[in-house]
Amino acid sequence: MTTVIETQDLTKHYGPVVAVEGLNLTLSRGEVFGLLGPNGSGKTTTILMLLGLTDPTRGSVRVLGHDPSRNPLQVKRRVGYLPDSVGFYDELTAQENLRYTARLNGFPRAETEGRIAEVLTRVGLSKVLDRRTGAFSRGMRQRLGLAEVLLKRPEIAILDEPTAGLDPEAAMEFLSLIRELRTQDITVLLSSHLLHQVQAVCDRVGLFRQGKMVLEGTFESLADRVLGGAYRIRVEVLRPDGVEPVLRGIPGVRNLVEERPGSFTLEAQADCRAEVARRVVGKGADLVNLTLERPSLDEVYTRYFQEVGRET
Amino acid sequence: MRREGSPWTGLWAVVMKELADHLSSVRMQLLEGLIFLTALGATYGAVRQLKASVAEDPYLYLKLFTTAQDPLPSFVAFLGFFLPLAAIALGFDSINGEHNRHTLSRVLSQPIYRDALLLGKFLAAMFTLGVSLLALWLLVTGMGLLVLGVVPGVEEVARGLLFLLTAWAYAGIWLALAIALSVIFRQTATSALAAIAVWLFFAIFWDMVVQVISAAAVPAYSGSPSETLAHIRLSLFLSRLSPNTLFAEIVLALLNPAVRSLGPIFITQLEGAVLGTPLPVGQSLLLAWPQFTGLVAGLLLLFAGSYVLFQRQEVRA
Repeated sequence: MTTVIETQDLTKHYGPVVAVEGLNLTLSRGEVFGLLGPNGSGKTTTILMLLGLTDPTRGSVRVLGHDPSRNPLQVKRRVGYLPDSVGFYDELTAQENLRYTARLNGFPRAETEGRIAEVLTRVGLSKVLDRRTGAFSRGMRQRLGLAEVLLKRPEIAILDEPTAGLDPEAAMEFLSLIRELRTQDITVLLSSHLLHQVQAVCDRVGLFRQGKMVLEGTFESLADRVLGGAYRIRVEVLRPDGVEPVLRGIPGVRNLVEERPGSFTLEAQADCRAEVARRVVGKGADLVNLTLERPSLDEVYTRYFQEVGRET
Repeated sequence: MRREGSPWTGLWAVVMKELADHLSSVRMQLLEGLIFLTALGATYGAVRQLKASVAEDPYLYLKLFTTAQDPLPSFVAFLGFFLPLAAIALGFDSINGEHNRHTLSRVLSQPIYRDALLLGKFLAAMFTLGVSLLALWLLVTGMGLLVLGVVPGVEEVARGLLFLLTAWAYAGIWLALAIALSVIFRQTATSALAAIAVWLFFAIFWDMVVQVISAAAVPAYSGSPSETLAHIRLSLFLSRLSPNTLFAEIVLALLNPAVRSLGPIFITQLEGAVLGTPLPVGQSLLLAWPQFTGLVAGLLLLFAGSYVLFQRQEVRA
C-alpha cells in the first residue's frame, strides 16, 4: 500500500484560536477515510492545509509526495476538492462552468468536451448540461461539484460535507457515487457529521475534537474502544428469575443492562447469540426474542462525547 | 518559503472568462449605453458651439473634446465623471462576489495561484474599459469628422491617442481601488458603497478640504508674494493627491497645446516665450509627465495593496 497523504504534527493557529493541533494522519492509496467531528473541530482547516490553501503554523504535510504549501500546483493538479456548500457561476450553464475548470487545469482543448460529457453522464446530469446552474437544486450542485472533481481524473478526492443539506434520497445517490470512486482506485477523504453515511462508505474514520484527532481506526475498532464491545445483543425473556448472572457469565460479555424486567442488552466482543440461547433455555426461562444489533457510529460518537464531557 | 510553479498558470483562462462575463453583463451594457449617449450629447453640443464661433483654429479636432455648451458639459468632463463609475461597476464585486457565490475555494483548488485570479480579473476589466474607451474615442472622432469636415493632423491624432491612454490609466486607478475594496469587504454592497464614497469624496469634498488645510497651514494674510506662493504650492500639492486633479491637468496639457504650465509661474520664466503659441506634442507630454506617472503609480500602489491583502486572506468563508 502506498501512502498518498501524510501529515506530521500538523498544527494551525488562527491567532489565539487553535484550529488543528498535532495532527498525524496517514492515508493509503484507494482507501476511503472519514473525518468526523462537530462543527468547528478543525476538519475544514485540515483539508485546506492538505490543498495548500492555508499554511500550517507548524508540522509537515506530504500529499502525493509534494509539500502543498511549497508546490500547490502539483498537488492541486492531482487532487480534486469538493468544498462545503459548493457554488457555481449562476449565469453560466453546467457545461460552461466545467469548461472554465478545464481551462484552469490547462486540459487540451480537443479533450475537454469529451471529458465534460463523460463526467456529467457519470453523475447523472447529462440532461441538464446546458441549463444555467442558478436553477440547480442543492443536490444537483453537489453532483456537479463531484463532476468537477472527476473532471481532473484525480488520484485523491477530498469531499467536505458532501451530503449536508441533501434529502435522504439524494444523499443515498451521492453516497453510491462516492462508493464508485473506490472501484477506480481513487483515495477519498470525506468529512461529515452525518455519521450513518460515513459508516456506510468509509473504511476508516478519524474523530476530531477541538482540533485534535482523538480516535482513529476502523469502525469496529472504534466501537470496541468506546462502547466496550462491537456486538450488542438484545435478549427478551419471560420469567427472568436467575437469568442475569447466567448471562453475565458468558465469555466475551463486557456489559449487561437490564432495561426492563426480562429485557437485557448485552455488549459483547463476539456474536454469542447461540450461547445466550443455550443458557437461557438451560435455566428454564422462555426466550422470546434474541437479536443482534450492530451499534451505529452515532452511538460511538455520542458516547465518546458524553464521556469526555464528563471528564472535563 | 519559495513556491514552485509559475504564478501565471491559468491567468489566460481567468482573463477570458472574466472578459466574457463583462462583455455580456447587463451592467456593462447599461454603462455603455450611458457613455454612448453622453458622447453623443457632448459632441453635439461641442459641434454646435464650434460651428457658431470658430473663425480660425488650428486645433479644431481637439476642441471637440474640450468645448462645452450649456447645459451640456464637455466630453472630457463627462469622462472624468463617468469613468470612475464604470470602473467601480466592473470591479466592486471581484473578490467578495466569489466569496458570496461560494466559488472562491472551488476555483482556488484548481491548479492556479491566487496571483492569476486577481491579476486576471484586473486585466479583464482593464481590457473591457480599454475597448469601451477606444470605441467611444473613435465614435467622437468619427462624428466630428463627419460634421465638421476637418481632417485632424498627425499632431492632433497623437494628442488624442495620449488623451485616450490617460483616460485609461485614470479608469484603471478607480478599478484598482474597487478591487482593493472588494478584497477588504465581504459584502458586495459595502464595497460598492465604499468605492462610491471615495469617488464622491474626491469629486466634491476634496477641493474644500484642500482649501481648508492650506488656509490653515500656510495662511496668506500679509499678501506677501512668498507667502502667497507657499499657499498656492501647498494647495496644488494637496489637490494633486486626488486622481481627478491629475486627470484634469494631464488632459489640460494634452488637449490645449497653448498650455505651458500646470502651476504657478514667474514672469521671469516667461522671458522670450511667445505667449499663445502652441507647444509640440512632446513638450506637452513632458509638461504632464509627472501627473501621468502619479496616476500610474497610484494605480500600481492600489493594485499591489489588494494583492498583498488577497494573498494573506483566508479562503474559508
